[in-house]
Amino acid sequence: MATANPALVPEITVHSVEPEPRGWVSWITTTDHKRIGILYLVTTFVFFLLGGVEALLMRVQLGAPDNTFLTPATYNALFTLHGTTMIFLFVVPIMAGFGNYFLPLMIGARDMAFPKLNALSYWLLLSGGIVFYVSLFFSPPEAGWTSYAPLSGSVYSPGSGIDAWIFLIHLTGISSLIGAINFYATIANMRAPGMGWGRLPLFVWSLLVYAILLILALPVIAGAVTLLLTDRHFGTGFFDQGQGGDPLLWQHLFWFFGHPEVYIMILPGFGMISEILPVFARKPIFGYKAIAAATVVIAFLALLVWAHHMFSTPSATIVLVFFMVSSFLIAIPTGVKIFNWIATLWRGTVEFKTPLIFSVGFISVFLIGGITGIFLAVFPVDWQLTDTYFVVAHLHYVLVGGSVFAIFAGIYYWYPKITGRMLSESLGKWSFGLMYVGINVTFLIQHSIGLDGMPRRVYEYPDVGNLALYNLISTIGSFMLGLGVVVTAWNVVRSLKKGARSGPDPWKANTLEWFLPSPPPANNFDVIPRVRSVEPMKDIRRQIARQSETPVELGAAEPTPR
Amino acid sequence: MLSLCAALVGVLALAGGASAGFLTPESGGSPNADDIDTLYKIILAVAVIVFVGVEGVLLYSLVKFRARKDAVPAQIRGNTRLEIGWTLGASVVLIVLAVVTFAMLPGIRNPPDSDPDGFPTDEIATVQNASAYQPRPPSGEALNIDVNGQRYAWRYTYPDQDDNVLNDVFSYETLVVPTKTTVTLTIRAQDVAHSWWIPKLGGKFDAVPGHLNFTWFKISEPGTFKGQCAELCGRNHTDMVAKVVAIEPDAFERWLANKRREIDAANAAAQERRAAEAAGPTDADADTPAARETPAEQTPPDEDE
Repeated sequence: MATANPALVPEITVHSVEPEPRGWVSWITTTDHKRIGILYLVTTFVFFLLGGVEALLMRVQLGAPDNTFLTPATYNALFTLHGTTMIFLFVVPIMAGFGNYFLPLMIGARDMAFPKLNALSYWLLLSGGIVFYVSLFFSPPEAGWTSYAPLSGSVYSPGSGIDAWIFLIHLTGISSLIGAINFYATIANMRAPGMGWGRLPLFVWSLLVYAILLILALPVIAGAVTLLLTDRHFGTGFFDQGQGGDPLLWQHLFWFFGHPEVYIMILPGFGMISEILPVFARKPIFGYKAIAAATVVIAFLALLVWAHHMFSTPSATIVLVFFMVSSFLIAIPTGVKIFNWIATLWRGTVEFKTPLIFSVGFISVFLIGGITGIFLAVFPVDWQLTDTYFVVAHLHYVLVGGSVFAIFAGIYYWYPKITGRMLSESLGKWSFGLMYVGINVTFLIQHSIGLDGMPRRVYEYPDVGNLALYNLISTIGSFMLGLGVVVTAWNVVRSLKKGARSGPDPWKANTLEWFLPSPPPANNFDVIPRVRSVEPMKDIRRQIARQSETPVELGAAEPTPR
Repeated sequence: MLSLCAALVGVLALAGGASAGFLTPESGGSPNADDIDTLYKIILAVAVIVFVGVEGVLLYSLVKFRARKDAVPAQIRGNTRLEIGWTLGASVVLIVLAVVTFAMLPGIRNPPDSDPDGFPTDEIATVQNASAYQPRPPSGEALNIDVNGQRYAWRYTYPDQDDNVLNDVFSYETLVVPTKTTVTLTIRAQDVAHSWWIPKLGGKFDAVPGHLNFTWFKISEPGTFKGQCAELCGRNHTDMVAKVVAIEPDAFERWLANKRREIDAANAAAQERRAAEAAGPTDADADTPAARETPAEQTPPDEDE
């Protein structure tokens, strides 16, 4: 493998470059990780908008007490579609989208380890989404994204909606599983010369752990939904207490997958924040090893906390105590990350560009979700809070304030690399402002809605106490949040043509993707630079500066006659 | 630090009785609900300190270290002592919370004895619905009611002196209980999973088919406590409401006797009808499903609230 001489900028091409294939056929047949990454990002963002519309419909229904805008059946279908879409078709795969595009670039690879498998991952994801959404025209599933047995069994959910849900889990599951294997193989084998584990970018660390968690958790849910499928169609009764099965078995299997899934959705976000903060504080990340280690510890503990979703089921006290303590433990590495991020800002020179603003917004809002997580980990308190809007508030602080803010930070940070254009800063700041206020207006009050006694997954509520006011506030907030998302969507479309040209490295960032032109050419690197530290671009810029000093000095000594 | 303490005091003041349902969970019906409320407030106090502290430092570092002319970012890569320090700090906070929880757990999990002037439960067949895992008061005596979740109503079965559950008094939706008496609940489901929840009487306990779940409450003053099913159970999940009506022990005794008479009368009427059907030619009108149902099951229990 050749080692780059960083002095040679712009890059020298040592062979003739074939023109990039164009047209829609080239997009369908592509195995280029960057194109697959773009397909992932665009597809998942469309699903994000669909899930958002579903959420807004629910908020309209709940905007007034005893509302009749939606029927109970439609409402149940909507929250099932919303939860399933956001988790399986947006947050998890959009992280794979960022990973697809940037993982090879950040580690100095020319593509993923298995490019064809990579394409298969994407097409399975799209198939899963289509299979699921086609059920809209028949009988959409109504059992929630958790599809608890026996409600999801053939007796109580005779329609084909649950089957569509099962096939979605299978298709997106296989997609994620082979994607995860691909990530792992790529990271393990295709790093640039000199990039040891201690020089792996933190986003790549988080993708590595994301991949391992997917590989460990997905087979469990795949098995569980297969049992559900045979229960529904072949009379097996794995989840039927009348036939020697057990509804609680479903809950255990589901959450054994479901809790790691939570960290699958947030860890890559943590990784993005860890990349973005140092760039805009102009300071190295504080505690690189602590953050990488915390990522690994969180992943390990994530496999040991599943039953905290089941504190109100019939459980022995020792079980409750174990899962309370393990959930407490996971707060420690999460706290360590937050402290390290703040320490990264400390004594830096913070530049308030949109990616940084979203990252800081992430920290401030994710913290609230983390703290309410402690309330829910204390099982006697959880007995009051579980299955109420308090939980809805908690999980949205973590997923919207956490994952979505990280994703938006990532969009603003990496859009110039993907398109060669800058996003509008002013639209970005408007989007952030609307989303930040929107999140807090929507979800802060939902803690009180839950404390006031309103369970989740109810299509209406009586006009008692302050429920009407609280819910109206939440509905208003949700539309602000939606507007903020639309502003960024508009920004992304508009900047494709109108954005300022970004050049290869608009942020003066630290990692290898900024070494390449924007957008990067097919096969990325002609020559792969040798990595000498955790911030290779700093080394490269320093070297260029050193080498370009020489001619300037020479020029000063011997001025060229003009 | 001073402002931190002031904020804390402020929040705790707010978190007093008036704020139940805004900053704190509902309570006031039963000692276990009150203990959960206290535990919640302790966590809230710690949470507010952590929240104000972390957000404060974050905000400070954003304002203080914003990019300015001539400002040079310090190239610090970490500090092992600091890492160990905040890891230990977070651990200590969590250990304190765990210890407090364990200290308060028995009061929440284990039912107390009934008051001396409560409803006498010593003659009631406590073997009914008994489970080895069901927490019992120290005296071993409580009014144990079977709560059965079914789409979309709760069915309550009250114990009596014999072991036959088929002749027990039952009701739907509204659970009538005596005050000053420890009421233990055996919670089950007969179709899909449900969750029993009356916010002022303590937390949720899922009713899962094939399993028994347990909770208890003890109400000191007569009153009505409302709740609803908290686990998605189908399209009418929202309408699966529950109400606990607490009345004085002697009123409860009268209510129980009344209810028993109603059920006995209904049973007798049903038997009479069956005998008539067996004897004479079947009357088409009498054979409709509506006519076969017992009146007690038809009319919701009417008790003064």
